[in-house]
Amino acid sequence: MYNAGKIIIGIVIFLALITAPFWYNLGRPSAPPKLEIGTQEKQCVESKAFMQAKHMVLLDQWRDEVVRDGKRIYVNSTGKQFNMSLQNTCTKCHSSKTKFCDRCHTYLNVAPNCWDCHIAPKEQEKLAGRSDK
Amino acid sequence: MNAFASLVSALIAVAALAAISWFGVGAIGLDSVFGVIIPYIALAIFIIGVVYRIVDWARIPVPFRIPTTCGQAKSLPWIKADNLESPYNTWGVIGRMFLEVFLFRSLFRNTKAELREGPKITYASAKWLWLFGIMFHYSFLIIILRHLRFFMEPIPSFVDAITSVDGFFQIMVPTVFISDILFLGAVTLLFLRRVTLPQVRYISLPADYFALFLILGIGVSGILMRNYFKVDLLGVKNLAISLFTFHPVPPAGIHPIFYVHLFLVSVLIAYFPFSKLMHAGGVFLSPTRNLANVNRSERYVNPWNYPVKVHTYEEYEDEFRGKMKEVGIPVDKE
Repeated sequence: MYNAGKIIIGIVIFLALITAPFWYNLGRPSAPPKLEIGTQEKQCVESKAFMQAKHMVLLDQWRDEVVRDGKRIYVNSTGKQFNMSLQNTCTKCHSSKTKFCDRCHTYLNVAPNCWDCHIAPKEQEKLAGRSDK
Repeated sequence: MNAFASLVSALIAVAALAAISWFGVGAIGLDSVFGVIIPYIALAIFIIGVVYRIVDWARIPVPFRIPTTCGQAKSLPWIKADNLESPYNTWGVIGRMFLEVFLFRSLFRNTKAELREGPKITYASAKWLWLFGIMFHYSFLIIILRHLRFFMEPIPSFVDAITSVDGFFQIMVPTVFISDILFLGAVTLLFLRRVTLPQVRYISLPADYFALFLILGIGVSGILMRNYFKVDLLGVKNLAISLFTFHPVPPAGIHPIFYVHLFLVSVLIAYFPFSKLMHAGGVFLSPTRNLANVNRSERYVNPWNYPVKVHTYEEYEDEFRGKMKEVGIPVDKE
């Protein structure tokens, strides 16, 4: 092999970059986030599967209907009515942003802009000052 | 193979790959095969393949110093030398290499030749390849860095920073990333360039279209699963982290579109070392780029030179002196 020194340096850099995630995660046992739902209620606005996959779409739709059309009542797939309000409907049950919203959002680096305008529910353990991630 | 057949065969190949993973997971339930086994195999092929190709290239001697230059070489002290266009030392080579790797300088110099009426040939600058190329490579880089959010836990802060800048416009929910749009746009434009320019179309092979369609498929499936199907991100990250900690957990309940994306990526990285995509490593090993233009000032010895057996005139005369004298040929030494 010609220029072995340079070639080996190059290969080492390549290997280091490619395998970086393996080294980074080494010795950091990570558990998927556990959510504290914070309610005895059995049923959210829609089914659990729908909420897990598409809550952001629902919230986006709510925002548009309330802010642009002044429509406040949401009728879900089973015909039940809800007040379209993040602060009065969602967080009534999901009363802890840090133990519910943030756990997944931080784990997945999702940065929704809900709290740019809305006020997060008061945290019981004085975590309210934490900025949204 | 003509241009159209090349295009169609590559398109069919990529569509077949997508269909295999879609139905493999969706209909047969091979989640673990497409989620764990194939990605591991593909990554192993990628790493071993790239190292093999680099070592293989490094074993080939460069017989001559053959830098391509387009600037004044270093000669007399009062002639201004251009160290970037015609490097005369290692710093010049490094500078030129840096501009080549990060700014694609040689593509920037691309020209087109056209026959005008007369017939007259005209040459003009053609920057499209450079523009689409740089859009493509940098948006791809940003997309790969953004994906580290799935590969690393806790997520490094630079990933966070890149993601928020990339989602600056906050269009739609989930946010559409600027790099996603640039990426799909660039691949499409590179494809259109290839099919609309007759000369480029003429020299295009299935391998050229295959890489393009494969990358386009990866981009489209990625955007579909983010913005349309909304796959279970939690499941995706759990799977990714389990793979990157070597504790693979058989995935379940992730939408098949995710496996299409993952499988196309697996095919891409497994195909990488054996294809033109290896230009990523090859650019560093190009003798036309990585050698200084010092042919006149430094002797370059061909590394495959064998020791030549020489027979000097002195030795010749020593051998034949007697015979030379006999026939009257003058000799240096008596």
